[in-house]
Amino acid sequence: MSKRVDAVDLNVYYGDFLAVEGINISIDARAVTAFIGPSGCGKTTFLRSLNRMHEVLPGARVKGQLLLDGEDIYDPGVDPVTVRTQVGMVFQRPNPFPTMTIRENVLAGYKLNGARLSKSQSEEIVETSLRSANLWNEVKDRLDRPGSGLSGGQQQRLCIARTIAVKPDVILMDEPCSALDPISTLAIEDLIGELQQDYTVIIVTHNMQQAARVSQKTAFFNIAGTGKPGKLIEYNDTTAIFNTPQEKSTEDYVSGRFG
Amino acid sequence: MTQTPTPTPTAASAQGGPPSLGDGSSNGLVRRSSLTQNTLPSWLWIALLGGSIVLGAALSALLGFNLASFFIFTAAIYILSSYIVTRTRVNRRRATDGLWTNLVYLAFLIALMPLVSVIWSVASVGIPGLLAPGFMASDMQGITGLVDQASQTEGAPVLGGIAHALIGSLLITLAATAISVPIGLLTSIYLVEYARGGLLSRAITFFVDVMTGIPSIVAGLFAGAAMAWFLSVFSGVTGLLTTQRSTLGITAAIALSVLMVPVVVRTTEEMLRVVPNELREASYALGVRKWRTILKVVLPTAISGIASGVTLAIARVIGETAPILVTAGFVVNTNWNLFQGWMTALPVYIFRQFQNPTSPNFSDPSEQRAWAAALVLILIVMGLNLFARLIATLFAPKQTGR
Ligand SMILES: Nc1ncnc2c1ncn2[C@@H]1O[C@H](COP(=O)(O)OP(=O)(O)OP(=O)(O)O)[C@@H](O)[C@H]1O
Ligand SMILES: [Mg+2]
Repeated sequence: MSKRVDAVDLNVYYGDFLAVEGINISIDARAVTAFIGPSGCGKTTFLRSLNRMHEVLPGARVKGQLLLDGEDIYDPGVDPVTVRTQVGMVFQRPNPFPTMTIRENVLAGYKLNGARLSKSQSEEIVETSLRSANLWNEVKDRLDRPGSGLSGGQQQRLCIARTIAVKPDVILMDEPCSALDPISTLAIEDLIGELQQDYTVIIVTHNMQQAARVSQKTAFFNIAGTGKPGKLIEYNDTTAIFNTPQEKSTEDYVSGRFG
Repeated sequence: MTQTPTPTPTAASAQGGPPSLGDGSSNGLVRRSSLTQNTLPSWLWIALLGGSIVLGAALSALLGFNLASFFIFTAAIYILSSYIVTRTRVNRRRATDGLWTNLVYLAFLIALMPLVSVIWSVASVGIPGLLAPGFMASDMQGITGLVDQASQTEGAPVLGGIAHALIGSLLITLAATAISVPIGLLTSIYLVEYARGGLLSRAITFFVDVMTGIPSIVAGLFAGAAMAWFLSVFSGVTGLLTTQRSTLGITAAIALSVLMVPVVVRTTEEMLRVVPNELREASYALGVRKWRTILKVVLPTAISGIASGVTLAIARVIGETAPILVTAGFVVNTNWNLFQGWMTALPVYIFRQFQNPTSPNFSDPSEQRAWAAALVLILIVMGLNLFARLIATLFAPKQTGR
């Protein structure tokens, strides 16, 4: 149900622009790993290369190896669609499908792929996914209302429910709380804590307290200057990153003396 | 001038007290709060407008009353007087603001005039013909010059109708839609979803733009020539259809689809481009393939715009005359078959009734039918526009509660 992720000498490009260089990292299964770093250092870029969403953009490409439980997802024979069914993604801005109801949004991963579900199966998927996204109680009476009618935080949890409904092995989250109020943020942080029991969770965040609260391991990315590639500076247990960082730039960043 | 223009808002409020509206009216007013001091009561505008209408009517009566001069005088008097009143009673900024607002409304009214006058004149002339018995239900078969002569000279009811033209227009436009919607839709899907700014996509965009400018008669000639060529090649190869002529309903449909395709491509392209990329990415991230994403996420999100764009494209070509005249010809009887024989469309019917009245010496019945048919055409186009709005709202993504 949950897989480990290893990057080996991974370079990520936008056309000729090298955005992220030389990443070597081992991400544990059944744990939460946080990516932190200043704006523009390539956290999103690297995260999107983990489920081959990066190459959706014109000219974007990746060099190096990315192993999902030892299997290279950038192997020439690998179909990106297969990778994406195993590595789900939650985006920074909640993006439920506006043409679908809440129920259809949760089932989107099946419905859009043309899978046939019996009524009881789909009922069960909807309920368990919404329950694990801590949204069930709020929406159980209006499953057939449009998903865009929810509040921003509820929409984000709906997107999480949609992602876990297809039972991926790894869940990527790109600043999932940046558009949310503190209470919704707390709800999602709790949720991340629960998801960790079944999934490999990788979360990008600008909120240092959040990284400290939810993650077991933290990776700090930095960039030497504009136009330079982003690099992985330090990767360690979250407590070590925040209390005893090895690198000077990590210490500056986590203590707020950055820039 | 009872009051100097106030240069700044603070100066205006510092003056305090409502500006009096002259002795007579200020008694009738409730005491106004300091927040409303810079406004004039709304009845004043109605009064001004009423005065302007009376004055305008009087002035234009001096020149021998007509609607145009009445309108011009009324508008000029109203705009001037409201400017002067605001300028003297409130301040210069408000007066200038009001002046421009009034000018904008005036421009809008002027722009509306041709539309209103077209609808008015067509309706007033066309309604008697429309109400003639059997106008919508009968075609022109058996309506000879003698019948029309009897109608005009002996007061017999005007016979004959537009059933054949309605059916022809309907079938030809439907066929044109059936041809151009798939082509246009697929082209724009290619342009938006698959092309990555390469040579092919730029060439397609260029040629679609060129197609937008093709004169409709050229489209008609093209379709006629293409069909003739196709038939000659087809009969040469298979030995079938050797006597088939190229003047057919389907030829007209091809001509119309030449005109429709660029419109459909353009509107659909716009609609697909405004579908947020986030939705496509959300779908990809769920492990959905690209073509399924387009089919199940992008198109449903854009469907309202696409459908109303297609409806507007239909409304645009249903009034075409020349390309249908040269490709489908003109007949007096009803023809349900797009692939056999000539067909009449509504605009062609109107054209023929005016140009070649059924009875050359007694043309009143023909003109009555032509006007009524024009009214029907306008109603169809208006109906299509309303229909486009309806589907735009019906299919629009659900946005309640936020
Ligand atoms: N679509 C794109 N095309 C070209 N360059 C891009 C694109 N998206 C991002 N970049 C560049 O790649 C680099 C890394 O961007 P990225 O979005 O990964 O940063 P980030 O760490 O996620 O920043 P933030 O914290 O602000 O989200 C930046 O220099 C950015 O300008
Ligand atoms: Mg980012």
